[in-house]
Amino acid sequence: MASRHTISREEAPPQWPLPPRQRPQLADHSRETLMAYLETAPLDEVDISDPIYWENDAHWPFFRRLRDEAPVHFTALNAERHRGFWSVSRWADIMAVDTNHQVYSSDAHLGGITLFDMDADFIMPMFIAMDPPKHDVQRKAVNPIVSGMNLASFESLIRSRTEEVLDGLPRGEAFDWVDRVSIELTSRMLATLFDWPQEHRRKLTYWSDVSTSDPEIPGNPQKEERQGILLGMLQEFTQLWNAKVNAEPGNDLISMLAHNPATRNMPPMEFLGNLVLLIVGGNDTTRNSISGGVYFLNKNPGEFAKLRADHGLVESMVSETIRYQTPLAHMRRTALEDTILGGQRIRKGDKVVMWYHSGNRDERAIENPDAYVIDRPRARQHMAFGFGIHRCVGNRLAELQLKILWEEILKRFDNIELLEEPERVPSAFVKGYKKMMVRIPA
Amino acid sequence: MAKVTYIAFTGAETVIDVPDGVSLMEGALQNGIAGIDGDCGGNAACATCHVYVEGDWLAKTGERTEAETAMLDLADGLADNSRLACQIFAGPALDGIVLRMPESQH
Repeated sequence: MASRHTISREEAPPQWPLPPRQRPQLADHSRETLMAYLETAPLDEVDISDPIYWENDAHWPFFRRLRDEAPVHFTALNAERHRGFWSVSRWADIMAVDTNHQVYSSDAHLGGITLFDMDADFIMPMFIAMDPPKHDVQRKAVNPIVSGMNLASFESLIRSRTEEVLDGLPRGEAFDWVDRVSIELTSRMLATLFDWPQEHRRKLTYWSDVSTSDPEIPGNPQKEERQGILLGMLQEFTQLWNAKVNAEPGNDLISMLAHNPATRNMPPMEFLGNLVLLIVGGNDTTRNSISGGVYFLNKNPGEFAKLRADHGLVESMVSETIRYQTPLAHMRRTALEDTILGGQRIRKGDKVVMWYHSGNRDERAIENPDAYVIDRPRARQHMAFGFGIHRCVGNRLAELQLKILWEEILKRFDNIELLEEPERVPSAFVKGYKKMMVRIPA
Repeated sequence: MAKVTYIAFTGAETVIDVPDGVSLMEGALQNGIAGIDGDCGGNAACATCHVYVEGDWLAKTGERTEAETAMLDLADGLADNSRLACQIFAGPALDGIVLRMPESQH
């Protein structure tokens, strides 16, 4: 049997292209076929990091079985690609890892915070991929962007933009909700946070997508091309930085970084890393929760009716939507010492993956977790934002954006009809939608 | 049991009785006190039950735990009398305690 520990980086130096992936021999890759396979396949013969399970939203049976049969489980299949990793699938075990940064490191130099290591020849340090004390001082540099006072000042801007975007939507004809609403609203917000020119806001979306894109997926930029695009982004942001560093401190992210002692002398790759973090963090996540809400309400017409009848449910609906979507499926850590987790021996250097979307469906922590219930008691108690020192810094801004959006939607539209199944992102990290065709009745 | 006064950032004041051994976060949640969210369920892992303990009551709430210190250090509006309400448990010694909430939690 293969070793049940992560292969060290010395033993498995990075290679490109990656060795071919082992996949089950199946008649097709439809959702039904993949789910049927995952219901019965030996757990050790599944590599759930394979994007086919995510693109087809088929991963659910695997995680239900992990929670029941093997809550801390090692994947050795395809270890020549990912070095092998532990999957943590229950709420309580995820909480234990997430709150123990002394043992479970986020350090970029150990591979970082996603299942697949950061490219060893292109390490982008960023505060989410740092441990204390450096993490703490860098995070505090940008914390003020989402202070209570700042959020209050954003509210009217967010509302007027939301009104504008919604009022511009076509009636009685098909359109892509992801492009027209989810991306549009999140890119405008992001441009504001960075004080980036609004007319170039879609560049931010593009860079966000490139940062998280899998170079192996056809159509996505290959490794060197991807690095080149990100360096281009660094160049453009360096101009903005230079303008900000020579000006009075302002209320935007670049100014905050440029004027804070903890971040003002960052090397270029660390500036790039923090840019990637803030762009992806403010973009992908909210975008996919915006799309997810439309999808879930269509699949649960009774919940849509409840919401229409009582707009006061918007706040809990927003939390429930974030739980149900869990726009980032996982965060990964690296063990700094030998330890025990859920009865399993974790060795120093092992990759430990916390599957938040699985914890959010753990019936040991959440009642009837597979149901979408917009007035669920204690709807805020979900783990989509993570827990502990790396918990999402922008969670309240995300909630505010979603709350305003749904308030304004309900004022205007009786229905947003889902016309076909959405196209999903082929990624075990970003759990989201590429395209979702809808129609608002005329 | 402890009589606990929660004062929201907006100034709204609510007084409730929290049974012995129950955290002041849990007491707030059970009574729908706005401004205390308790997203992590009481693990000192989200800092959404950040409170300022009024006056002499602070000393009676005991010491911050290590996890609590780490979370509060990153919270908006940290002050010397900051605590996480999920790490303070009701008992006779805290009868009459007054808690205020930060701006970020309203």
